[in-house]
Formats: sequence, C-alpha cells, structure tokens
Amino acid sequence: MNVNQHTPMASPYGQPQPSFGQPGYAPLDGSYPAPYAPYNGPASAYQPGAPPQGYSPFTSFPSKALAANPVSDLPSPLDLGPVRGPPTSGPPPVSAPQQYNQYSQSQGSMQNGPPPPTQAPPRPAVSQPYNQGAMNLSGPHPSYPQHYGPPSTMQQVTNQMTGMQITSGPPTAAGPGYAPPHSSQPPVSTGYSAAPQASYTQAPPPVSSAPTQPPPPSGPAAPQQYYSGPPPSSQQPFNSSLPPTSQQQQQFTSSVPPHPPPQQTLPPSSYSGPVPTQSQPPVPPVSQAQQSFPTPQPPFSSAPPPVSQSSFATGPPPSAPGSFPPQGPPPSSQPGSFPPPGPPLTSAPSCQYPGPMPPQQQPPPSQPSPYHSGHHPPRPQMPPTSMAQSNHLPPGPQGPAGPPGPLQQPPSQPGMQTGYPPQQNGAFGQVRGPQPGYSGPYPGQPNYGAPAPAPPAQKRLDPDAIPSPQASDMPAVQKPRHRIDPDAIPSPIQVIEDDKAKTTEPFTTGVRGQAPPLVTTNFQVQDQGNASPRFIRCTAYNMPCTADMAKQSQVPLAAVIKPLATLPPDEAPPLVVDHGESGPIRCNRCKAYMCPYMQFIEGGRRFQCGFCSCVTEVPPHYFQHLDHTGKRVDCYDRPELSLGSYEFLATVDYCKNNKLPPPPAFIFLIDVSYNAVKSGMVNIVCQELKTLLDCLPRENPEVESAVRVGFVTYNKVLHFYNVKSSLAQPQMMVVSDVSDMFVPLLDGFLVNVNESRQVIESLLDQIPEMFADTRETETVFGPVIQAGLEALKAADCAGKLFVFHTSLPIAEAPGKLKNREDKKLIGTDKEKSLFQPQVGFYSSLAKECVAQGCCVDLFLFPNQYVDVATLAVVPVSTGGSVYKYTYFQAQSDQERFLNDLRRDVQKLVGFDAVMRVRTSTGIRATDFFGSFYMSNTTDVELAGLDCDKAITVEFKHDDKLSEETGALMQCAVLYTSCSGQRRLRVHNMAVNCCSQLADLYRNCETDTIINYFSKYAFRGVLSNPTKAVRETLVNQCAQILACYRKNCASPSSAGQLILPECMKLLPVYLNCVLKSDVLLPGADVSLDDRAYLRQLISCMDVAESHVFFYPRLLPVMKLESGSLPVAVRDSEERLSKGGVYLLETGLHLFLWVGASVQQELLLNIFGTPSFSQIDSNVTSLPVLDNPISQALRELIYSFRAQRSRYMKLMVVKQEDRAELIFRHFLVEDKSASGGASYVDFLCHMHKEIRQLLS
Amino acid sequence: MTTYQEFIQQNEDRDGVRFSWNLWPSSRLEATRLVVPVSCLFTPLKERPNLPPVQYEPVLCSRANCKAVLNPLCQVDFRAKIWACNFCFQRNPFPPSYAGISDVNQPAELMPQFSTIEYIVQRGPAAPLIFLYVVDTCLEEEDLQALKESLQMSLSLLPPNALVGLITFGRMVQVHELSCEGIAKSYVFRGTKDLTAKQIQEMLGLTKPAVTGQQGRPLAPQDAAATCKFLQPVHRVDMNLTDLLGELQRDPWPVPQGKRPLRSTGVALSVAVGLLEGTFPNTGARVMLFIGGPPTQGPGMVVGDELKTPIRSWHDIQKDNARHLKKATKYYEALANRSATNGHSIDIYACALDQTGLLEMKCLSNLTGGHIVMGDSFNTSLFKQTFQRVFSKDYNGDFRMAFGGVLEVKTSRELKVSGAIGPCVSLNSKSPCVSENELGIGGTSQWKVCGLNPSTTLGIYFEVVNQHNAPVPQGGRGAVQFVTQYQHSNTQRRIRVTTIARNWADAQSQIQHIESSFDQEAAAVLMARLGVFRAESEEGPDVLRWLDRQLIRLFMFHLRRSPFLQVFNNSPDESSYYRHHFVRQDLTQSLIMIQPILYSYSFHGPPEPVLLDSSSILPDRILLMDTFFQLVIYHGETIAQWRKAGYQEMAEYENFKQLLQAPLDDAQEILQTRFPMPRYIDTEHGGSQARFLLSKVNPSQTHNNLYAWGQETGAPILTDDVSLQVFMDHLKKLAVSSSA
Repeated sequence: MNVNQHTPMASPYGQPQPSFGQPGYAPLDGSYPAPYAPYNGPASAYQPGAPPQGYSPFTSFPSKALAANPVSDLPSPLDLGPVRGPPTSGPPPVSAPQQYNQYSQSQGSMQNGPPPPTQAPPRPAVSQPYNQGAMNLSGPHPSYPQHYGPPSTMQQVTNQMTGMQITSGPPTAAGPGYAPPHSSQPPVSTGYSAAPQASYTQAPPPVSSAPTQPPPPSGPAAPQQYYSGPPPSSQQPFNSSLPPTSQQQQQFTSSVPPHPPPQQTLPPSSYSGPVPTQSQPPVPPVSQAQQSFPTPQPPFSSAPPPVSQSSFATGPPPSAPGSFPPQGPPPSSQPGSFPPPGPPLTSAPSCQYPGPMPPQQQPPPSQPSPYHSGHHPPRPQMPPTSMAQSNHLPPGPQGPAGPPGPLQQPPSQPGMQTGYPPQQNGAFGQVRGPQPGYSGPYPGQPNYGAPAPAPPAQKRLDPDAIPSPQASDMPAVQKPRHRIDPDAIPSPIQVIEDDKAKTTEPFTTGVRGQAPPLVTTNFQVQDQGNASPRFIRCTAYNMPCTADMAKQSQVPLAAVIKPLATLPPDEAPPLVVDHGESGPIRCNRCKAYMCPYMQFIEGGRRFQCGFCSCVTEVPPHYFQHLDHTGKRVDCYDRPELSLGSYEFLATVDYCKNNKLPPPPAFIFLIDVSYNAVKSGMVNIVCQELKTLLDCLPRENPEVESAVRVGFVTYNKVLHFYNVKSSLAQPQMMVVSDVSDMFVPLLDGFLVNVNESRQVIESLLDQIPEMFADTRETETVFGPVIQAGLEALKAADCAGKLFVFHTSLPIAEAPGKLKNREDKKLIGTDKEKSLFQPQVGFYSSLAKECVAQGCCVDLFLFPNQYVDVATLAVVPVSTGGSVYKYTYFQAQSDQERFLNDLRRDVQKLVGFDAVMRVRTSTGIRATDFFGSFYMSNTTDVELAGLDCDKAITVEFKHDDKLSEETGALMQCAVLYTSCSGQRRLRVHNMAVNCCSQLADLYRNCETDTIINYFSKYAFRGVLSNPTKAVRETLVNQCAQILACYRKNCASPSSAGQLILPECMKLLPVYLNCVLKSDVLLPGADVSLDDRAYLRQLISCMDVAESHVFFYPRLLPVMKLESGSLPVAVRDSEERLSKGGVYLLETGLHLFLWVGASVQQELLLNIFGTPSFSQIDSNVTSLPVLDNPISQALRELIYSFRAQRSRYMKLMVVKQEDRAELIFRHFLVEDKSASGGASYVDFLCHMHKEIRQLLS
Repeated sequence: MTTYQEFIQQNEDRDGVRFSWNLWPSSRLEATRLVVPVSCLFTPLKERPNLPPVQYEPVLCSRANCKAVLNPLCQVDFRAKIWACNFCFQRNPFPPSYAGISDVNQPAELMPQFSTIEYIVQRGPAAPLIFLYVVDTCLEEEDLQALKESLQMSLSLLPPNALVGLITFGRMVQVHELSCEGIAKSYVFRGTKDLTAKQIQEMLGLTKPAVTGQQGRPLAPQDAAATCKFLQPVHRVDMNLTDLLGELQRDPWPVPQGKRPLRSTGVALSVAVGLLEGTFPNTGARVMLFIGGPPTQGPGMVVGDELKTPIRSWHDIQKDNARHLKKATKYYEALANRSATNGHSIDIYACALDQTGLLEMKCLSNLTGGHIVMGDSFNTSLFKQTFQRVFSKDYNGDFRMAFGGVLEVKTSRELKVSGAIGPCVSLNSKSPCVSENELGIGGTSQWKVCGLNPSTTLGIYFEVVNQHNAPVPQGGRGAVQFVTQYQHSNTQRRIRVTTIARNWADAQSQIQHIESSFDQEAAAVLMARLGVFRAESEEGPDVLRWLDRQLIRLFMFHLRRSPFLQVFNNSPDESSYYRHHFVRQDLTQSLIMIQPILYSYSFHGPPEPVLLDSSSILPDRILLMDTFFQLVIYHGETIAQWRKAGYQEMAEYENFKQLLQAPLDDAQEILQTRFPMPRYIDTEHGGSQARFLLSKVNPSQTHNNLYAWGQETGAPILTDDVSLQVFMDHLKKLAVSSSA
C-alpha cells in the first residue's frame, strides 16, 4: 500500500515541479497544487488496500517474522562479533552495552524483517501480534507490531505509546470505543491506548476527565500497585520478574561487568539477546529471545492484554523493563516517550493520550502517582513490546535523560519515563522508582489505565497554571478548556528530559546504526570507528534497503556533517596521520581513504574497499600482518584503522599548482561611510582589532599565528593601507577605479602582526580620526570583495575577508544594487524573486572567490534595507558567515558585535577546502545544503570552512543496500589549516540498513530531519512560492507519518493519530519551521531579516537548528546553582505571572519577567524591588552577590558560550510592548503572523494523514 | 647706414627677430623665385634687461578682425587724438587715458626704440605656478635615490607659493595627496586602463559635490582644500613632500627574469593631464615626467615587457615592424593636445641606457613647449645640472620660464602668414592675414606656446601675396606685428608686442639689394627647420631630396649629415631628441647644431676656430668641439702622450698644464649657459669616445683618399660618406647644368 501510494504520488507530483532536485521532494512540491485531491484518490484506494495488507501481513507475518528473526539475529551477532564486537568490546565494554543492545536490537529488528519482502508483509506479521497487544492497549499499537515483529513487545509498546498520543478526529468515536477497551484492556495498556487516543478526539471530554486525571494519582495507586510490585526496586522488581532484564538494566547502569552474565541470562529475554548480540554470546540469546518473542506474540495476538501482561510479567516483562531502561529510547519513544514527555508534566502527555483514562485515574489525586501510573502503564506494555523495541530502540539512548532523572527523577521520572522510565530506571538507579511501577504496570495493566489518567492531570494547560512545569504538574488540577489538552500531546521537553535521563554513559560509536543521544543532551563520545555525532548526525540510522522503501516512507535520508566541529575539552581532536610522501592510502577505484571499513585480505597484502569492493594492493611501507581474526595487528596503533575521525597530512599532490600553500591571510575591509562612522562601528572595530590581532587562529598556542593581515577601508572608493614594518607611518592608497578593481600594492599590504605592530596600531588609531568628518554616504560592495580577492590572488594564498558594511551599495560600481524591497510581493508568486540575488554579479564573483580560497565573512550594520539576499551570496557561497546588527548602536550592540567578531576571528577555520562524500554502493550523495559552492555534482568546494559550519547531505538510492553490510559513508575534507598545512580530515560513518519500514522509523532522529527539512524548505523559497513550500513540507511529513501508520502501526481507528516514537515531535517541530519568519513572515519582519535567517539556517548544525526552531525556555525562579531547571514548553500558558523565564534561540536571549514576581526575586536579579523600575533596555544584568543572580548570570554566560553567535540579552516585562517580540518565540502558540498553534497544527496534520490513509 | 650685418644684429638684439630676407620682394611671383621664403626666426621672450614692462594695457585697433596693437609705425594725429592702424588703416581714437598725449608727450609704444614693448595685464587673479612631478619608480635603487635627491633639491628652488604635486608610477599610478597629516595618502590607478579625464577627476574626487551628491547633502565647502589636495603650495607641504620623496620605494611588484618592469607611463601622464585639466585649466603648469625606461603596459605602451623583444629601431619602423608605434604616438598626441589646450607644458626627463620611447612621447613636449632631457642615468651630473637649470633665474630673480603663451602674428596686406615651426600648437585662428599655403603649422595666425623660455624660438614663414601687376609704391614698407601673451613666472600676465617693418623691393630692379639683404644664417636655420618638420612627417630620403633641391651653401652639407635629418647611427629616440631641440633653439644654437664648432688649442697661438674637417685633427692640438648636445675635448696623439707622461704635473711644464686647462675652462663656460646640459666628453686620440668628433668632421680624408693628401694632415675617417669637397663639386656641377 504504502509503496503504491508513494510511488504514484511522487511521480505525478514530482513531474510538475521538477525544480526540486530531490525526487522525493519533488512529489511533494508538485502535490501542493492539489494535494488533497490526489491524495483522496489514492487514499480511497488505499483504504481498502491498507487494511487487507495489515491483515494479510498478520497471516503471513508469523512465518516471516520467525524466519527473519533468527536469520537476522544470527548474522548480526556474527557480524558484530568478528568485525566490531571484539575491537570495540575491548575498550568500550563499559559503555558498549547500550550500543550493543541497540545494535543487537536494531539488527535483530532490521534483519528480522524479511529483507526482500516488502515492508508491509513483515510489519503485518509483527503487527499482528502486537496489534493484538496494541489493540488491547490502544489503537496505535498495531503499528508497532510490524516493527516489533522481531522486537514485538517493545515496538508494540512504543507504538501504543505513540498511538496513545494523538488522535483527533476519531476521538469521539474512539473515545467511547476506547473507553470500553480501557475497561477491558485496563490490564495491559488500556490506559495507553485508550486514554491517549481518546483524549484527542475527546479532547473535550478528556478535559473534563482531566481534572479527574489528576486523580490518576489514584491511578498511581494502581501504578503503585504496579510499582508496588516493581517499585520496591524498579530494577529489583524487574530483576525478580525478569532477572535478565534487570540484569541488563543493571548492566547498563553498572555497564561492563554485568553485561556478560546478564546477557547470557538475558538471552531468554529478547533484550538480553540483543545486547549479547554484540558480544558473541549474546547472539544466540538474541535469536532465542526473538524466538521467544514470537511465542509471546502469539499470546498477544490472541489475548493481547494478557499476553503482554503475562509476557511482561514473565520473561518478557522483565526483559522489557530491563530493555527499556537500557534502551531507554525504545520504551520511552513508544509509550514511554509520551508519558515521559512531561517528565512529570510533559509526561502528562502520555497520560493525556490516555486522556480518557484520566477519569479512571481521577481517583488517585496525587499526580505523582498518576505519572507513575501513566508511565507504568506504558511500561507494562512497553516491556513486552519494548523487548523487541528496546532492541530496536537502542537508539533510544537519546532518551537517556540523565539530567532529568537526577533532577526530579522521583517525581518527574515517573511521569517522564513512565514508558521510558523503566528503561532509564533500569539504567539509572534513580529511575528505579518508576520501574517498580513498571513491574507493576506489567502485571496490572489496569494500572496502566490508571497511569494514563495521571497524565491528564497535567492538562493544566490551564492558563494560570503556568507555574513551573513541575509544580504545575503537581497541582495538575485544572479545568478543561481546550478541545485538546496540550499536555496530552507529545512534549518536546519531555523527550529532551527523557533523553538526558537516559544518557549517563559515554556514547561509543563502535556500533553500527545506533542513534546518538539528542543534541540537547550532554554526553561524552568515544570514537570507536564511526564519526562522533558531533561531526555527523543522520536522519536515519537504519536506512531502507531499497529505493522503493525510501520512497514509500518519504523519510529523508540525510546526514548533517560538521567537519571541523569543536570538541569538548575532554574529547581528543582527530589524530593526524602521515602516510609519507606517497600520500594517504586510498582505494584504487573509488579513491576512498583508508578507514576501518577496509578489509585486509591475503595476509594483509591487499585490502578490499568497503565502499566499492575493489581490491587494492597494500603499499610495502604500509604492510602489516593480520591476526587470527583478520585484523591487522597494528590496528589499534593506527587511527585510520580504528577510529571514525582522523586527519591525513596531504602531499603536494593535494595542493593547488602542486605546491604547498603559503599561510592564509585575513583581510579586514571596513566601511567608513557616514553611517558607519556615526554609529560608532568604525571606532569599535578599530579599537577591537588592536587586541584581536593577537588572537589570530593558530594550531599551536606556543607559536605565533602564521596568518597575515591586511586592511582596507572604503566608502565609494577603497583605501588600502601599506603597513610594512619598515614604515614610520602607514600609507593609504586610494583606489577609485571601482569598476575595475585591482590591488595597488603588494609588499606591505599583508603583513605579520608582530612585525608591523606599531604601524598597524598607528593605522587603527588613525582610521576613526581620518573619517570622523566624512560626509560620504554612498558605498560600494562588489569591488570591496574583489579587492580582497585580488589581494589574495596577488599573494597567491587563501584567506578570509572580514567585511564590515552598512548600507545598500548604490554607488556606481559593479554589483550596484537598488532598493527592491516590495512588501506587496510577499505572499505572491513573485515573492521568491526577493530571495534571489538582484544581480548575477555576485554569483560569478563568488565563483572566483572559491577558486582562490577566499572566504568572506560579512558583518552588516544596516539602518534600512541592504538586500541581504544579494549581499550574502558571496559569503554563503564561500563558506563564510553573515552577521547582521540592524540599527547598530555602539552603546547597546557593541558587546554582541565584539563577541561575534572575536569568535569569528579566533575560531578554527580551514581554507580552500574541498569536501567529498563517498558512500558504499547502493547509495549516493545527491544533494547538499550549506554555505559552499559546487562546480560539479560531487565536490563541495568551500573557500573557508570553520568549526561552526555544517553541511547537510542528502542521500538517494541508486541500488539496493544490504542489511549485512549496512551503508557506509566517508566524508573527506581537504583543507589548508590556519598554519598553512594541507590536510585531509576524514569522517567515517556506518549505518544499518533495514528491509522493514518499522526499523527505519525506530531509528530516526527528528532533530536532524527537521534540520534537513528546514534547509530544504528554505532553499525551496528561492524557486517556489512560500505557500507551496509550506505545503510541500506538510505533505511530506504527512506522508511519512501516514506511511508509518499504514505500515508499522497496528490497525486502529482511522481517527487515531499514531506517531512513531522517534518522530513524535515531528509535528511540533515542523510547525515551528512552517511558522518561521522565512516561511511565514509577520508584518514587521523585513525582507532582509528573512533573507538573513534563510542563509543562517543553511549552515546550522542540528543543535543550533533545534534551539532555533524550538527555543529553550527556562524558569529562572527554579534556578539552583549546579543544575539547570527543567525547561518549559514554549507556550504562553506555561508562563507564570510570578515567574521569571529565560528564553534562548541561539540568536536571541530574552529574560521575561512576570508582572507579579516576588520582590525578593527582583531584588536578587535586578537589584530593584519594583517591577516598574526594571529597565528593559539593559543588556546585562547587574552583578549582585546572591546565589540567584550568580546562577542566572552563569547560566546566561554558559548559554552564550554554547552558541556560535553571541546573544544579546533582552529584558522583557510582561505586558510590555516588547513582549510581542518575545511571544514570537513561544512557538507552541498561535503566532501573530498566522502560524498555527501546536494543537491546531497537530489536528491539521492528523487530517492530512487521514486523507492520505483514506 | 650700417651694414646689413649690423642691422641684422641690431634687430635681433632688440626684437629677437631674424628674417631670411631683409628686403622683401614685392610680388608673389618674385618671392617664389627666391626659393627661400620670406620668413623669420622669432624669439618671443628674448631677454631684454633694458626693457622694463609698462604697467598698463595695450591699445588695440578697434577693427574687430584686426585688433593690432598701437605701435611706432602707426600714424598719429595728436590733435585729433586719433591713430591709424598701420595694418588695416582703421582710424582709432585714443582711449581716455591717453588724453594728455602730444608730440612731446608720447607713450612708450609710439617711440621707435620700443618696437618691442611689454605690457603687464592687471586683470584677473594671479594664478600660482604649478609643478607636477610624475616620477617613474621602476628604477635602479641608485638612480631612484639620485632622482629623489634631485627632486627634493628642486623643492627649495621653487617659489614658496608655487603649487606642487606628485604622481609616482610603476605598475600602478599613484597620485599622492599632500595635504594630509599622519597617514600618507595616495590615489591609485591601474596602469593598464585608459581613463577619460572625467573618470580621472571623479576618481580623484575632483568633481564638484553638486554633481556627485544627489541626496541633498550639504554642499561642503571643500572645494578649495579638496580640489587641490594633490597640489599644494610648496611652503606648506615642503616637509611632507620631502619625507614623502624620501620614503619613495622602488616599485614593489616583482619583475620576473627576462622581463622589463611594468611601467605605466601612459596612464600616469593621462592622470597628470586629467588632474591639471580638472583643477587648473588655463593656468601655467609644468608636468615634469621622469622616466627610466620605456612604457611597457597600458595605453601608450611602447614595448612589451618581454626583454627578448627589443624596443623598435629605425629599421623596424621602416619595415613597419613597430607594432606599438602608431597607437602610442596617437595616444600621446591626444594627451599633448589636451594639455596644450589647457596651457600646461610637459617636460620629459628620460635617463636610461636604452631607449625610453621618446619617439612616441616627443609630441608631449613638442606641442606643449616642454623640455626633453635625455641622459644615461639620473645619477649623472648631466641630469642633475640640467634639471637644476630648469629652475634657473634671470637677473630679476624670476624663473626663466613662462607659461601659456599665445603668439599672434599680424601682417600688413601684402603679406600673409603661412605657418610656424616651433614648440607650439595652432589655435586655428583664421584671420585675414592667414595664407592658404601652409608651411609648418599653418592655417592660423595664432599659436599657443605653453612653455616658453627666453631662448624659445619659432620659425615663422610668410607668403608675399602682392600681385605682380600691383606694385608696391616706392619706399613702401611691409609690417609684421607679433603679439605674445603669456604668464610670467612671477604669475603676472603679460603681453609683449614686437612690431617690425621691412622695405619692399622690386626683384627685377633691385635684385642686388635683395641679395645683399639675405641673411644666410637665418635662412639656413629656417630651411633646416622646414626640413626637420618634413622629416618628422615624411620619409627621410624624400626630405633630403627636397632639401637638395633647395640651395643653401655650406650648411647644407652638415645638415644633411646631421642627426636632424639622418637617422643612421641614431636611435629613434635620439633623433626625436635632437629634432626637438633643433626646432626651438635660437639661431646661434641652431647653427651650432647644424655645424658644430671646433676650436683648436696649441702652443702655436691662442685658441682658434678651425674647420670642421678631419684635417684639423692633429697630434699636437687639443680640440674642443661643441655640437650643442656634446662637448668634446679631444687631445691629439702627442698631447695625450704628454699628458699620460704627467708633464702637466711638473713645474717646468706649467705652460702645458695651462694648455690642458684652457679648453676645460672654455667648456665650463659653455656648460654654464647651455640647456640642456651637453654631454661632456673628455677624450684623446684613439679613445673610444673620439667617435663623437670623428663622426662630425668633414671626412676630407678617408681610407679612400688617404694617400692623395699630405701625410702630415689630420686623421683619416673611415666612412663612405662623401666629403665636402665632393659634395661641393657635385653641387657646382648641378648649379650650372640642368637648373639653368
């Protein structure tokens, strides 16, 4: 079904809008015109089809699943064992467990799915059992089944969870329908499925129930019961019930030692199985586990509730819990995630889902209990499903919300990790509390129902509720207002916190296809053969094996690569490898560089390329014997054989003109027109440069920087400066011939800072004076860049231009621009032209710059329209950055500008870079997003590449991938370091391949997908009306989710919204993208701002894009030194009048002060007791000697330190005019520009999905 | 009456005029038969220590197309206070200021001895002198250093209020701003791009704010300061400029092996001309170009930067193999014309061992009255002293230079002006006295001479237009009035008026008189100028043939051999250089150029001039030859041996020492006054430098006829050129044969 749908959809639509390079997208775009109509058609067709499939699968499923499982399991372990298992295991063991688990799981799941068979079949099979289970639990589950096939239990759980989450349309029907189920289902997952689903549709009812939900606490009681069982010791219970699982958990917690034994023991349980898989012993267990699962599954199918329960209770449950904990993700992702979402509060969502449940839970007033209950419920379900899921989920590691756990684990965890908690709990000691619940949950599914209710309590959505999340969670008693309870829908905060809690150990990269923790989580990375997530993040860590699958799912296959990313101090930078004069060893055919994926054969005399399979002779000087496992004995001595990221020293063959490059140069080009001088910019820049020049980038702090500097000022003409050290005074050379730019001097323009220090200082002192009385208002721009370029050409080196520019270049010169800002065009088909460069001049100039290795960083200080869209062409094409300081005033903006400048000058940067992404056969890098230039289809040319720049690469199938070998990619960046050394940085990444869609959905990373989508969409506005772009996005997401629903979720009412665990935040994040100023501008957003943001996004990494689209909102009043308070969802409803909140977007930093804040707090923060006396113009907080002030300032400092751009602090008082700006960033609310609220959008999304499905 | 000799001398001293004929044939037919046209050499600013300028303005004839100046030849009716113009016979009343005029109270301009008189014009603002240095920086370190010193020295010679500017060039062209404190600013132009004057002025920020600032910016009163930030009074920027010159670096762009440095002379000049054009049009200004090599890039390029391609030679030019020649010449001519239009003169100081492109650039100086100086290096006294001499002062303490001169010639009816040859350009003023037949720069009665000095001499050619059947009454006189307006170096505007008259003579009845009035020297120079003028524009042999058809006695022989007409053995640059000077020097100097002077020093008597003949080269003589461009002291074989033996050091040979010293002293005397400094050569028998002498003397003894002459006399010259003897024989033969 899915496939069919996709294909037809794509082809027809795709054709319409060929503009989109990507086939997948094309369809979407095309679809815009009449997406609905077409969909309807297909939908209807599908409808019939879909059900059958699902069913058929069931029938077929068992067999397939069975077959698949064993097979896959075996191979996977085997593979792992010999290849990576051993090596990694050596060092990584400690942290490895998780990974292994994941691998095992993922592999298991992946492989389990019959590779060849279409996704549908396998899934069905899986789903069947699950479905049953799911059925019991709730509609959503069905989907899980498929995935679960192998990990059945796990998946089911997750599915259930997801399913729980959202259901809009059907709600009413569902509600009732579910209601019964609940009752009936209560035992297992009643709470989950019923509650959540019902809640949406029944939103209203839920609300009412919501209040009751609080009672869920009562649920808690139930949960407690569960817990009671499990609670005693979350782990213990598990252990007891599921020794293996518990062991696993323990293992996770304890990590190494436990593993072996647990695994072995675990074998029985699927989890243990998977885990072991990594290690040889595990393998068998895994298979066993799987087998065992199958068996359990049947039960599920037959009697879902009982089965699940029973299973959980018995082997599976334990394993499940255990698995969950370890795999936090899986469990959490599925059911857990929702519940967990609002660790406490957010977790509510899960509960919310159960929405209907609330009533049930109402009894238990205590929220905590509800949470627990809520969580528990999921868990119980989870466990069974989780077993499998957990295996898959391993990616879940993201989940490990270490922080949350610790912070408020007790309370929040329950809620938070209801689903997840178990895992986390298992993993983390703290979680255990919940675990008990889990244990409980399993046994008593009814409890789940109860827990579910608990979430409702969270519904506090209610207005004033705003109290801190936690607090609010607690109170939880509120009145139903919204049709849909915002707390009942997936909460980003919950997910983030869950992931934090789940991540307690370093992330090791040795295991293929394991998703790393979320970008919002602090974690350590150990390179064991794959590149750190700090360098590469993928949208999917389990890629579909075939193009059909990929097309069907519509999940973008992309990687966000940040080749020169800065690593935290405790992680070692990539080691440098020197292969001597002949250069790095490479595959003869595809030219891939030596890496861990190269297989040495024939006693080490040759190696076989992992990318193209070509066999290449090993050069004599590189020869080494192999050990009994076929590995080179020097494997661990050589970074290129054991690590995911490393650098090669390049030889002259890798240099321009075959000669080693000279050190690069920095040229500062300063606008000295009237505006620039008046705003104080010129003065500030000159003053700053005097000290900044001592901080030029260098690789060895002991050595002085090799970077040479040059200076140019300009208005309508350019002034070059001769700062040769032998001069007493600098000399200015004016070039007025801007139509034909050239460099007037050679010697003395680019100088060593230390040698010419006096002359330079004299110059910087005099520049502001010289132009103090200028009356020149016109500026040029094109010639300025040309000048820098020519200077670099003359010096025959690469380098970077820092251009400080103020105004639209209207002076007669190449690249002259006119003011074309026309608000009337916005929203029309011509809007796209506003994003396109006004003249072609800059594009060709950019090309020249790239050829020379001339990177341009642009600092803009506009007072009016400057046409960023055009001016940014060169920076964007050369790997540069654009900074914009609208209405720059020295007083208030100086700090931000100077910090940006300092960082920009000092940061690590490579020049004249070429990036090439090689992939294993079957897949190909087809599209690239970022700040660079491409002259052919494979080489990404970057005049400059700094540590903050990320490049998003999209992959497309050109053949089948094999589950066995997975998909490999190698990103090689050839660049000139700041000391003039030519190097190759190589990042290797291996991901798994799956033949079942469920595996794909289980190993996605939503943040990365959003990163990709935003870049894709923001590029799309160049060639399509923004409306069309928005529709494309919505369509693609709807297809992704519909595909999931159709193929991976258990059959359920069409009214239910079922989201994959890994993607449950997709709607909320997508909505943020759609509401961004670029795609949906407010009336007060200038064209420049939009163009600025557009280019900014294009080179953001995942962490930046995440916070950009979903700002971080922290309740300051809960601030305590040493730990961060749990963030609040970006909604006004969450703000308490009595609170103070800090909001950061990566670009902005707001301190929102409620109108009725306690005086004491104000005193502590602002030094004034009165709300009215707070000066909203301050950009920094007063330094006060009290813990709050200190902690807050430290917090702000740390925020700023995390971002590549300095965020200016804005103090926003409630009810103040400036609050409008602030509200703009409360992305879950309706936006002034017409953007939908989260709830509304979710409904819309659901509608879209239903249309696709029908 | 005095002899013609004296008359001529007197006239020259008083008026600076030498006519080829001092009696004029009264009809066109007769005049044509005389071959040598009625013409004159006129030195407009001849130094007249005894001629104080009058402080008022000249009285002009009121006829619109006449405007002749009141002069001693006019008939005056003192009672009626009316004067009759002697050119158009218009009767004009005296202006009110002449009310007191009477027989006994005559204004100076009516007195016969004031046939040349100078007026000072009080109107208009006094414009300062402007000196714009355009300096090539592609020099050897040593040369550049010497040049810098010379330039710094020159600052001290300039009048304090004079404006100076500095443009340097190499690969790029830099216009230095002199008004700034602290950072030294300069505007840079790419050396390869031809820019219009407007572009240059815009780029230099010289256009009025009103033109550029559309946005209603306040009209900044920057004009004064801004427009001339490149040209500042010497007294104000003395220190600045000295420092600036001191810091001047060699062109920093690397010159690869086998290449010439890139020299943007064309653009530099274009910028200089554009700068002055935009800031000080019609004000006296001097662009002083210092070059150490040929322009190698951009417009005006003379030769590419590949060393393997040598600069064009006459051979190349004749073979039409000089690819840049025409383009460059055209470019520089355009520049020269623009410069001349604005009254700015351009000097070229070229010091290099190879050619520097003077052939192409000569027009810059030729058309604007600038100097050309050619030397081997800036680090030679030849250059240093010549340059210093540019700033020489007269007995009043004023520079011997004048700017923006306009020479107008008015003639009485029987005479029309055919043209002028000299450092001038036509102003295309079509007055009634302009002849249809052009000789030299014709078709006008006004010429602009942007740069003048006391020796600047123009050849002016007339045509007698009186018809044969309308005889001039007996005793009739023809008159010519030269009106020269110029800017004196003390910034005054002045007008010098010279009015001369000559008697008409009927060639049939008074042929002897006419013959006796012939000024052989003037005629020779005038004809030589015509020859040179033609040589510039025509092929060499044709000119020789033309010249041969004319008949001028001795000089012709040397002229034919001179570098002015012969290009053999001279580079194109040298030819240009020689010709440049030939057409502007006064009669005496011109004669020296045509026929070098040879003095002989010996124990046999006082120094005596001897024939410029190989027979004069004797072992016991010291010869001093002055060719204007070279000053050669040649020690005969014996003398050289004695000198080598050191006799001059011995007390008893004091006389020998004196003998050695004598030519040196004489040479020094010549060096003192000559501009440009001649190349000073001290050589001896057999010395390599003796070639300068040997190439000039009449080869009466050659390897062909050596033994036909007495053994004792002279040195043989190894040449195929015919000797004077042969030439004369041939000439005589021609004269009596076919021409009859």
